[in-house]
Parts: sequence; C-alpha cells; structure tokens
Amino acid sequence: MNRQVRRVGLVLVLMFLSLFVMASSIQVLRSDALYQDSRNVRASYETYKTQRGPILVGGVPVVQSIPYNDAYRFLRNYESVLYSPITGYFSLFNGSSGLERSMNSYLSGQSSAQFFEQINALLDGKPVIGAAVELTIDPAVQRAAWDALGNRKGSVVAIEPSTGRILAMVSKPTFDANKLAGHLYEPANEAFLASNEDQNQPLINRAIEGDLYHPGSVFKLVVAAAALESGRYTVASSFPNPENYLLPGTATEIQNSGDGKCGPGDTVTLEVALIRSCNIPFAALAVALGQDRIRAQAALMGFGADLSIPMKVTPSIYPENLDAAQTALTGFGQFDVRVTPLQMAMISAAIANQGVMMQPQIVRMVVASNLNVLLDPQPRVLSAPMSRLTAGYLTRMMVDSVEIGVAKRAGIPGFAVAGKTGTAQNGQLDPYTLWFTGFAPAADPKVAVAVVVEDGGGIGQNGTGNQIAAPIARAVMEAVLNR
Amino acid sequence: MSNTSLTQAIPKLLKAVPRSRNFEAVLLFWVSGIQAFALAQVQLAVLQKLSWDLLFYWAVPTVGAIFVHWVLRKRAVSADGLILPLAFLINGLGIAMIYRLDLAEASRGGTALFAERQVWLTLIAMIGAAAIVRFVPNHIKLRRYPFIAGIAGLLLLILPALPVIGQTRNGATLWIALGDLSFQPGEIAKILLAVFFAGYLVSRKDSLSEIGSRVMGMKVPRAKDLGPILVIWFASIGVLVLQRDLGTSILYFGLFLVLIYTATGRAFYVGAGMIMMVTGALVASRMFDYVSRRFDAWLDPFAAENYNAAGGSYQLAQALFGFANGDVIGTGLGGGFPQLIPLAESDFILAALGEELGLAGIFAILSMFLLLIYRGLRIANSHPDDFSRLLATGLSFVIGLQVFVVAGGVMGLLPLTGLTTPFLAAGGSSLLANWAIVALLLVISDSSLRRSE
Repeated sequence: MNRQVRRVGLVLVLMFLSLFVMASSIQVLRSDALYQDSRNVRASYETYKTQRGPILVGGVPVVQSIPYNDAYRFLRNYESVLYSPITGYFSLFNGSSGLERSMNSYLSGQSSAQFFEQINALLDGKPVIGAAVELTIDPAVQRAAWDALGNRKGSVVAIEPSTGRILAMVSKPTFDANKLAGHLYEPANEAFLASNEDQNQPLINRAIEGDLYHPGSVFKLVVAAAALESGRYTVASSFPNPENYLLPGTATEIQNSGDGKCGPGDTVTLEVALIRSCNIPFAALAVALGQDRIRAQAALMGFGADLSIPMKVTPSIYPENLDAAQTALTGFGQFDVRVTPLQMAMISAAIANQGVMMQPQIVRMVVASNLNVLLDPQPRVLSAPMSRLTAGYLTRMMVDSVEIGVAKRAGIPGFAVAGKTGTAQNGQLDPYTLWFTGFAPAADPKVAVAVVVEDGGGIGQNGTGNQIAAPIARAVMEAVLNR
Repeated sequence: MSNTSLTQAIPKLLKAVPRSRNFEAVLLFWVSGIQAFALAQVQLAVLQKLSWDLLFYWAVPTVGAIFVHWVLRKRAVSADGLILPLAFLINGLGIAMIYRLDLAEASRGGTALFAERQVWLTLIAMIGAAAIVRFVPNHIKLRRYPFIAGIAGLLLLILPALPVIGQTRNGATLWIALGDLSFQPGEIAKILLAVFFAGYLVSRKDSLSEIGSRVMGMKVPRAKDLGPILVIWFASIGVLVLQRDLGTSILYFGLFLVLIYTATGRAFYVGAGMIMMVTGALVASRMFDYVSRRFDAWLDPFAAENYNAAGGSYQLAQALFGFANGDVIGTGLGGGFPQLIPLAESDFILAALGEELGLAGIFAILSMFLLLIYRGLRIANSHPDDFSRLLATGLSFVIGLQVFVVAGGVMGLLPLTGLTTPFLAAGGSSLLANWAIVALLLVISDSSLRRSE
C-alpha cells in the first residue's frame, strides 16, 4: 500500500506545483497588465496614502487634502463648486476626472520630478507629500463668468490672448466634488451614480469635452479667415444678395436669419455680411472656397487635433466628404460642424494676438512641498493660423459687429470690443444654441472669451446670441478690464 | 564520508525530532510569536498605532494551541510534532487577515465583522480537537461503524438541499441555517465519508483488487465489483445537481477514487472514475445554466459580458486584481486593498493574502499546506494497520484536494466552487472539521508508534 500512498503524494505535489505556476503567472507575468485594468481601482487608492497636493487659485487653495481621522488619513476637500469642472473629482470608488486626473502624478507625489523626494521618503520613512498645482485662473474673472451665466446650461471660457493662459473656465450644471470624494462607499457611490446618470451631464466639463456644440454663425470667423487667407477675397469682395438661396443640388432653400435680404442692394460685401451675420453670402462663399480650404483653415486653428491643457480636450470637428449643399451649410456653422467653447475662445484669442495662436494652459506652476518649482510652463506658440493682416481685418469687422452690427450687447462703454454672435440650430423644433465670442480691448487685447448657452437660454427659439450670450461675455471682459 | 553521514542524518532528524513534544512546544512558541508580529503589523499599518485588542486576537488562539499541546502530552505523547504548529500557524494567519479586513470594514462604517467570531470558533475547534485526542484514543474502533458513518455523512450532505433549513449562497446550496446559526454540513461529512470509505475498502480490498480479467494490460474488475464506484459516482453527480457545486462533488468523488486506488493499487479505478467525472461535469455544464455560467466566467473572466453578468466573473476578476497588486513580496499586511475583493474573509481569503503577502506569501502558505499533507501521508506510510493508512491518506488528501480546488478557483486555474480554504477562511464548520482532521491525524500518528514498539 505504501507505493500507492507515495503516488498519491506525488499527485498532490503536482497539483500544488500547478498552483505555484499559476500564482507566479498572475503575480509576476500578468501583474502589470492586471494592475492597469481600468476596472481595478487600486491605482487611485494607492494615491490616498500620501497627503495629496492642493490646487490653488490666486494663491488660495480651492482643493486640498485635510487630515481626517480614518484609515485614509486625509479627506479631499473642495472649497467651491465654481471650480468643479476644472479640478474634477477624486473618488475612492469611481476614479477621477479633470486636473485631479491629468495632474495626478504631481498631486500624488509620484511624478518623476519628485524622484529625490521619493528616495528621501524611502530613507526617513515619511511619505512624499504631493506637489501644489497653481492655476492660471483669475478668481474674480471666474466668479464673474459663473455669476453671469446664472442658472443657464452652458459654458464660458476666457483666455489671455498673448500668453494662452486660461483666466476663467465655467461649465454648468456642475457637481459637488465633496460628495463624490467621501470615504463611505454607499453615499459616495450614490452621488456618483446620480451625477453620472443625470441627463444634464454635470460631470462633463462642457468647455472642453462632451457632445460639443454646433457653432452656428461664430464659425463664420473661420470661413472669413479662410477666404481672406486664400488671396482670392478681400473684405470688399461682393456676393449676390437674394432673399432665398437654393442649396446646390437640392430643392431646399435657406434664408438669412430674420429673413429678408442682407441690407439693401443687389450685392453685399464680405464685411457687411459678417457684421450683419448673414447666412446666404457665407453659404455661397463656402461653396466657392470649397470644403478643403475651409477644412485646412479649421485645422490650422486646431480642429481635429489632440490638445491637453493638461486636461484632454475633445477635438472640434469639421466634417469630411461633403457635397456642395453640405459645404454651403458649413459656411454658417451648421451641418456636422462641432466645436468646444475652448476652441472658439482660441480662435478669438488668435485673432486678438495678431494671428498667432498660443497654447492654452491652465497650470501656472507646480511647486513641491519643499518649495522646489517642478513645472513652470512658459507661453508657447501653438500655430499661426492667419496673417497679421487677416487678423486685423477680422478684428475690424468684429469691432463693427459690436458697434453697429448684431453683437451690440457686448459693448463696454469706453472700450472697443470685438465680437461675433452665433445662434445655432440643432433641429427643426429644438431650442437654439446661443454663442458669443470676442475680445477686448480691440487695440490691446487683454482677454478673449467664448460663451455658449444651451437650450436657447431657456426661451427655446426666441433667444439670440446677442440677447443672451453677449451680455455674459461683456461681464467677463469687464471683470478683466476692471482689475 | 561526510556526505553519507549527512544523508543518513537528515531522515533520522525528520523521524526523531518531530515526534518530540518539546520540539512541538518550541515551534508553537515561534508560531505564536509570528502571529503577534502579524497582528502588530496589521494594527500599525491600518490604525497607525498598537491597541490592546491585539492581546485578544493573539492570546485566545495561543491558549487553545497550548491546551491541545497539553492534552497531547497527556494522551498522545508520540504524535507527530509538526502537525499542530502548522495548523496553528495557518489558522493564525487567517485570523490576522480577517482582523485586517475587519479594520477596513469598520473604517468605512460597515458592520460585517468576522475576526472576533473567528477567534472564538478557533478556540472551540481546538477544544474539539483536544477532545478527540482525549476521548478517541483508539481510532481503530471507528472501523467498526463504516455504514453508520457513511449514512450519517450522506445525510449531512443532503441536508442543505432540504427546504426551509437549506440555504443558497453565491449560487451554491451548501449551507443550512437554524435561526442565526448557519452551518456547512458538507465539511463534517467529508470526515465521516473518509471513515466510511476507509472502513468499507479495507474489508473489500481483496475482492476489489484480485479478481478480474486483463484487458489491454489493465486489470478490469468484475461487473459486480463496479457497483460501489457507480453508487458514489451517482451520489457525486447528485450533489452537483442538488447543491449546484462542482467543488463539493469533485472533493467527495476524488476522495473515493484516491482511497480505492490506495486500497487496491488498481489504476483502472482512477482512470474510469476520472472519465466518468469529467463526462458528468461536461454534461452538467451543458444541461445546467449555473454550471455553464461558472465555466464561461472561468474561461474569460475579463470579458465584459462575463464581468458584468449577475453571478459572472466580477468576483474572480477582483481576486486576480488583488493577487496582481501583491506582486512578488506583497504590499505588507495592511498595505493593500483586499477589502475590494468580495468575500475576502472567506472564499477569497487566499487572494487577500496574495495581495498583502505577495507571491512569496502564497508560496509559503501553500508550502505549509504541503508540509501538513506530507506529514499526514508519512503517518499513513508508516502505520502498520491498513484502516489507519487509508484513513490518514484520505484525510490528508481531502485537505490537499480542497486547497487545490479553492486556490485553483481563486487563481482562475479551475472554475470557482463553494468550498472553503481549510484553516484560513472565516467560518465555524470549516474550522471544526479541519481541526477534527488534525486531531485524527495526531491520534493515528500516536498509535502507529505505539503499535510498532
């Protein structure tokens, strides 16, 4: 019987050997892949062990980890919902978003720039403290944008044209990140699920991501730039001025907004068409220019390109493979053209900055707990999408839009404001998307803004960009000019 | 010269030393120390300080182990000296991990705490083991009642399938509940069935092994000698259908196959039995939804449709995430996130240990089990009485197979089952049964030396 017992022993040894092999495979060979699986929340947990760095606006923390008497030792505290779309949330159970996600390596003290601190930490046993991230946001401008947008759905972005620094970034509706950052699973998870399933998408930062918006007439800036850059048109180039325009190859007619002709006369100049924001001349212009030229101009301005500020920005879209009718519609920002508010603010900022587009940035500086500066981003040119001359012409037309055209409500007494409104259609009966983008002062621009208001600002198809979006932009620009 | 003396010395050491009660006492002292360190590490890592609670979790099991040791000194002086320290060590590691999970649960406001209960259950199980050593000095008497043991075992197996008291957890019907008390009768049944198989086979082994014709180089038994194996096979398949648990089914059938092979030396039984079992399992996986779902989850735990399905692979995937986080040396007790793994205190405790003690810890724990099994098989090997040999083989194998099925399940090597990890998992029935096995092995080992003297 002893032979059998020994064989049973051998079988057991083989069974255990297979367990050894399997454990080695999981814990050594596959461990990295398993650790990085998006369903494995350990990576975000790991960062809870150190005191996470604060996020500062104007030298004051808007997000910080405060000592807390439980196993995680620190509770992430968000001072105000004003900054939620920018900072995002940092949840134990549902990952993270915004700067909490994109600046995680600095905030958690794990960045390679903190290598020597990490070595020190190993030696003296004290955990690395996360680095502080100071933002370019101006608290007064942010507050003005937040208040001006009121309880409407939409977004506001303000940029300093000469540096690309983002002065304000608002998205509404938003969320209370404190509720998501709680340490108790049930309430934190419920708050996340409620926000995540909310039809108004409060977790989305509308300024840079989400479903994007139809630009409507603010896209005319891109088409006008393409026309002027082509060398085939000047501001004085004239276009036929009918009451109706038959989309090429279709039986559909389009009208100018408010119907009727674009001013008196049988023809209308590019300049007047932009100031009055007429659709028919821009439809004709788009067809004449062709989709490729417009797409190339849009690409120069950042359409279709990945951008990190350092949050990931969803690329704006100028559609491909258009027929003539569709190209005509894109002339005034309809059909499948989709943009982020940041993209529109960047275009205004480039026009304001004499045709040079600066890389937009929201991080002003990253400072380690020992006061070493880890990151000090300098203004950087992103592209030069138009000549200085084109920028000058566009500026003049935008100033006229505000002074004598259809963007009057953006005007600020004592300053020359440049602006362009948009009232984008989304469907036959859907409420409009209302736009304003522009900058001030026109001669020496300090701020470029883009404002978008969803759902027609609550009044369906009765509102216009001038009525609803322009005053919001004015409030934001005033906040910059008055500081 | 020195080579030969060394090779001669080692077996001598292995034979001589572990039977000494003093050696056992030294080992128990060390094991108890290891547990104090483990608990202290848990407290320092999770609470950042030591608290007096540590004394409770450390002292109660230590007192229990010393009690067993004391009874052994009185009643079974020649029993194997490694078995008690090994079982105590594994049991204590389980308590440390369950305590660590409790602290995590408490910190998030939860009330599902297990460690205190586990400590008392450990003590009760150890007292039970001591009672077996004290009151069953001659296990050979058990041989007289194979059918009583068999019928009792079968009844226990069937209990969970009965209405009202039967309970289904996690898809498997392995529990009975009376008010607040719940119990896994299958754990006790495995001992009774080992006694039954050993008693039955020892009386039939001659007819089962000698008679029969040779077919293709293998001795094939008579048709009427195939009866028992068919009965057990039907019973195992019945367990699979009624209790919805492949693991339990495999455990009893595997136990039977190993004992019939050990008794008769005929590979035919193993071959035929395995073919029958695999066929049965495959047919069941086609016929029953719950079995096929477990198979799907096992084959591809990270596929979205399995991961998100109710009763799908979510738990297994979380366990694998835990193992992966442990890497080679682990996060250290209290340093990982084993609380993320569902049922980390019971079915998935190996994944929790794998996360915090790493591959090194898993190797160590599996090696402890292997050493425990090795001691058990050594007892079988050296015992003069056939019934004792079969019983010791069966009991050792049951522990080994159960660890294999459970560990294989949480590592994704085998489909998940409802079996518990011996000594580690939270739960009274499992502790009682496994400490009873330890007691029986100690009694058998003690008797072997006495008889050969």
